[in-house]
Amino acid sequence: MPGKLKAKIVAGRHLPVMDRASDLTDAFVEVKFGNTTFKTDVYPKSLNPQWNSEWFKFEVDDEDLQDEPLQITVLDHDTYSANDAIGKVYIDIDPLLSCEAATVISGWLPIYDTIHGIRGEINVVVKVDLFNDLNRFRQSSCGVKFFCTTSIPRCYRAALVHGFVEELVVNEDPEYQWIDRIRTPRASNEARQRLISLMSGELQRKIGLKVLEMGGNAVVGYLQCFDLEGESGLVVRAIGTACTLDKLIPGTESKEPVFSEDPPHPLSVPPTPLRTLPSSSSPPPFSPSKPCSRQSSSSDTDLSLTPKMGMGSGISVGKEAGPLKTLLRQQAQSALEQREFPFFTLTCFPPGFLVHIGGVVSARSVKLLDRIHNPDEPETRDAWWEEIRQEIKSHAKALGCHAVVGYSESTTICEEVCILSASGTAAMLNPRFMREGSVCVYSRFDDASPPSCGFCHIPYDEFNMPFPAQLTYCYHCRRQKVPDVLFTTIDLPAEAAVTGKGCLIQARLCRTKKKAQGEVNATAISNLLPFMEYELHTQLMNKLKLRCMNALFGLRIQISVGENMLLGLASATGVYLSALPAPGGIQITGKTPSDLSYDQHISTMQKRINDTIAMNKELYNIHPLECIEEVVGSPIPDRQRSRLFRSTSESSDELSELDLSHGKKDAFVLEIDDTDAVEDIQSLLTDAPMPAGFYSCNTEVMPGIYNWTSGLQMFTSVRVYRLSNANLTNQGLNKIFTDLCENLLKSLYFKLRSMIPCCLCHLNFTVAVPEEELIQVRRHTPKHTSPILYIFPKNILVRSGENEEQLQFSMELCGESTSSNNQPTAKPSVSSSERCSPLPEVRSRSLRSTRSLPCGAPVTVVKMTPLSFLPRTRIVKYLGIINMFFIRETTSLREEGGVSGFLHSFIAEVFAMVRAHVAALGGNAVVSYSMKECVFMENPNKNQAQCLINVSGDAVIFVRESDQEAIPPLIMSGQPSTTGADGTT
Amino acid sequence: MSMELDVFVGNTTIMDMEVYQLWLDGLTVSDAVKVRMDEGALLECEANAEVLTSDTMDQFRTFQMCERLLHSPTKLGSQLLYQIPAQNQRILIERYYEFDSVFAREVLGKKLSKGTKKDLDDISCKTGITLKSCRRQFDNFKRVFKVVEELKGPLVENIQRHFLLSDTLARDYAAIVFFANSRFETGKRKLQYLSFQDFAFCAGQLISYWTVGAVDVWEPNDPDMDVDLEKEFLHELKDLKVLVNDKDMMDQHKILVCAALRGKIKVYKLMEVNFKNLSRALINLASKLTHTKDVRDLFIDLVEKFIEPCRYDRWTVAEITLFLTHYTNAAHCLGTFRYQMIWDRYMGVIKSCILQMYHE
Repeated sequence: MPGKLKAKIVAGRHLPVMDRASDLTDAFVEVKFGNTTFKTDVYPKSLNPQWNSEWFKFEVDDEDLQDEPLQITVLDHDTYSANDAIGKVYIDIDPLLSCEAATVISGWLPIYDTIHGIRGEINVVVKVDLFNDLNRFRQSSCGVKFFCTTSIPRCYRAALVHGFVEELVVNEDPEYQWIDRIRTPRASNEARQRLISLMSGELQRKIGLKVLEMGGNAVVGYLQCFDLEGESGLVVRAIGTACTLDKLIPGTESKEPVFSEDPPHPLSVPPTPLRTLPSSSSPPPFSPSKPCSRQSSSSDTDLSLTPKMGMGSGISVGKEAGPLKTLLRQQAQSALEQREFPFFTLTCFPPGFLVHIGGVVSARSVKLLDRIHNPDEPETRDAWWEEIRQEIKSHAKALGCHAVVGYSESTTICEEVCILSASGTAAMLNPRFMREGSVCVYSRFDDASPPSCGFCHIPYDEFNMPFPAQLTYCYHCRRQKVPDVLFTTIDLPAEAAVTGKGCLIQARLCRTKKKAQGEVNATAISNLLPFMEYELHTQLMNKLKLRCMNALFGLRIQISVGENMLLGLASATGVYLSALPAPGGIQITGKTPSDLSYDQHISTMQKRINDTIAMNKELYNIHPLECIEEVVGSPIPDRQRSRLFRSTSESSDELSELDLSHGKKDAFVLEIDDTDAVEDIQSLLTDAPMPAGFYSCNTEVMPGIYNWTSGLQMFTSVRVYRLSNANLTNQGLNKIFTDLCENLLKSLYFKLRSMIPCCLCHLNFTVAVPEEELIQVRRHTPKHTSPILYIFPKNILVRSGENEEQLQFSMELCGESTSSNNQPTAKPSVSSSERCSPLPEVRSRSLRSTRSLPCGAPVTVVKMTPLSFLPRTRIVKYLGIINMFFIRETTSLREEGGVSGFLHSFIAEVFAMVRAHVAALGGNAVVSYSMKECVFMENPNKNQAQCLINVSGDAVIFVRESDQEAIPPLIMSGQPSTTGADGTT
Repeated sequence: MSMELDVFVGNTTIMDMEVYQLWLDGLTVSDAVKVRMDEGALLECEANAEVLTSDTMDQFRTFQMCERLLHSPTKLGSQLLYQIPAQNQRILIERYYEFDSVFAREVLGKKLSKGTKKDLDDISCKTGITLKSCRRQFDNFKRVFKVVEELKGPLVENIQRHFLLSDTLARDYAAIVFFANSRFETGKRKLQYLSFQDFAFCAGQLISYWTVGAVDVWEPNDPDMDVDLEKEFLHELKDLKVLVNDKDMMDQHKILVCAALRGKIKVYKLMEVNFKNLSRALINLASKLTHTKDVRDLFIDLVEKFIEPCRYDRWTVAEITLFLTHYTNAAHCLGTFRYQMIWDRYMGVIKSCILQMYHE
């Protein structure tokens, strides 16, 4: 009996009226944990009951503590009939099980009902007394810390990074059990919520055990997903990176090198090359003024070959992908080799951790869910994932890398077809982080590659390249080879040298497919996938060139299946890495040069493209050191360069003659004869530029902008479109899809126009094509009645969830950021007044509130952000992981304002519940927040809708940098709740 | 292709106060979009009509969802559903409770019950304010009235405490509640020229000087101290009749006033002739105030018996000011007049009301 859980029900407020006659409620509370239930007294005739109950004590195993949620049900007492449930609160006890996280959960929590939404609030206090259990064979893993953050958490130091942990649990979905035919929707929803809560508890416990086995004490980059497989079950799976973390003593971390990478610190940020080159602390061994001349590197990239660059040999659906080169560098670390999967879910690393990056590796596989032999057991799914991971591993090897970083897994399910996807970035890591006893991890890696470019250097053998690419000497250090473009799934390393600013780049694609069943369907999808990946890649490459950039970070490719179409959406942040060669322009050629009007058409297109490139250069402030290059000759002897791969495609000859505008630089050729190419060009040029004052990216930090303010605003936006049957062609669909995405972005810019200058960070798009069956709510509706919808009842759900809005002060020139580093120049008065004003303001308000409102305790402001940090603040404590799952259903859709009104209030409710739980833990922010799942189903004819949302994040306490000196003593004295006094907004 | 669902939710609720005003004005989404287009919203951020419609719909939905909370503004601060910065909360509440004085003028003094609500259609037609906005304003009046009706203590403070309104707005509401409670007649044609502000000023005067709370220190047992006129005071006003009933005193009063005003006002002659009528009007008005019916007619009586005769004789405001000042002061010099306190309390309010209501 190693744990005692204590709960106390204090009071309720804003309860709904349950008795129409008296307009009041006779409320009481049931507190349930495991199979034990306690009840409070009935507090008669009040909407603001004061129960002030005794402490309800549950003596339980710590295994149960990890698995079970504390379940609080508020009911209305009824003498004559059954008591009516008002709503429930599920409390995850997990944060209380680690001594370093929260110690108490205390505060107002919304009472939630799956049919009515939030119905008042309840004030509870929950504590846990843990007894030490030294049993070696224990099943629990209390004390292992979990972080959603995909970097080493800010107030910890990574002593050791152990590696990949994964787990998967399966259960029957209550929604598909026979009993669901007779129980109420509410009971069914609650059963589902409870089950998922239990399963994620179990999953976390099992992962924790694995971590303990490995000798770690924490999981970083914890990513948990649900697969609603329907009939075959409900899968909850998670991956993460096991680490041993040491807590830093508050106040000293600024001296720790790990945190010097902190992007919001303008001081530690890599300045633009303009400034670094002459004054860098680790000057490149070659003089910076000796880059190779452009003439000599004028080999061009063949269109048809380039896609392999980013993808590795990514596609492997039913057929073997690409020739795998068993090309392993001699320095492969034994530490990593021992591991089954040298994968890391981290996207941001301590300095020195990342040595080289190979490129993106990805694998997809199409599976049929109805072929699972024993659906209730996890074996089959385990085997599926095992397969995919093996493939990723071999792709990484082919790229000469021994590890995969920024690793993630996802699924998309359409009826019985399920696509499993995994992707990551092949990389070489510094083995010191993986070895036992490597305390001095911060000593510079002896390879001595400058940190600002070292990661770009190729890990593979240049004579034995896994794919044709064009290599040049690094433009930064001149010593090692770099590829011409670099695609990755990780965040831009903080020490990387960047020219200009970054921007969001998206590739969008729609492909129709025949409606089919079972194996035929799966084969059709498998056959389409490689083409989709290829086209997405081409689009990305074109858009990258058009913006005059040479690297992509945070690449996420999502492919979703619908009944008769496939959707692909790739998002990434484009950057100009100073170490990589300047990208060539885009060249359009036609195959029928005889036609004069055709020529004209081409040249106007070419002109538009060239204009766009020039404009983008200005927009993103990309001005590489070209002039210097021309003055000084090539530092690299010719015989070395002769080894470079040269593509000898037909177009390269043409190019030298047709080269109109980009001098002798290599260009990217688009042949216009191809209908695909026309489409490509169309999509290239239809991308509307961002309005002035806006920046957007899908990574944690915006490359090239370092002067953040602490004002941030997280939002979620969901859109559903219904396609009419008229648009059946690929082109038509593509256009619609692109327009939808563009319009969504436009809407966002418009909404946030009052915050200019601002940057949309961590812009995370999710698309889905809800299947026909799911458009109808629940299984009670066998037939769809509306004939128009029945023909092509396809919804595209474009969710740009987790969009992050950040106010920041714009800088005219990047070069200035170092000179005026700590205070923004644009509007300093505004920012300072914002920071100073809260105190007097609060005081005047509280004066007033003392005489005005009795229940006016101010609500703690809780910030939510998908980033792992809050700019200009310091996280002083991690309080535990937030992982919540909600179902909301309505049978009065019209009355709730239609689908939009329904979903709007549900999302607002989810936010409110997350905030309330964080506040109850004593926190004032959620970092690494993400809305993992948002499944929406509706049946307007029946006036019904249902929505499932899963959110996760890390609850933290942060302090503003200005008042951090005052705060640490408070933390030490164990009053975390008092630190929530950040007063602003 | 059609948009089925379009939702935008921020952790901190984003609100455009210009759109809020359009919503408060009761515009439909498409009308609001038109207004925004005319105001040049499309020029910002390369927006198009679709973007604007989507934004407007979204904002309107947000306001609609917040409306429930705005009905009890104190809840807005403690609710957890929307994270709204305190500054915005204040603006939301203040704007929600703001009203068109044209509208307020129409319902002033009327019973705030369901019967009147049917008249909202007429008011909407007459004032050009949308029905939706009329309904909101009317419901606000009714809500404030219902809450403060039962409360003890100073009216303005009660309104401020329960509805978190600014001082000026709370005073306007106090006037509305006061008028609705005493049911003053304001609808007669002769009163049509008076604006809401005129009446609000008078209400302020009445609340400040003629109610229980005006003289006494607040005691817990006093019911409705600000809402009702002090009974005792109204009763004592009967004593002022002596000024017209006692012929000597009336003559004496006239001599004193004439002496003071001679050569100072152009309408002296007319004043001299009319003095007894004017004095009688004011004194009779005072003595009748014990009857509820006559209290209700206070303003119409003032207009008919005093203001109209003066206006007929083309008195200027300055002349009326002088006359009323000396008329009040002269009574103090009457040796046999014993009701100085009552007189001052009565004439102070009457004077400022007349001056406010006298439009040249």
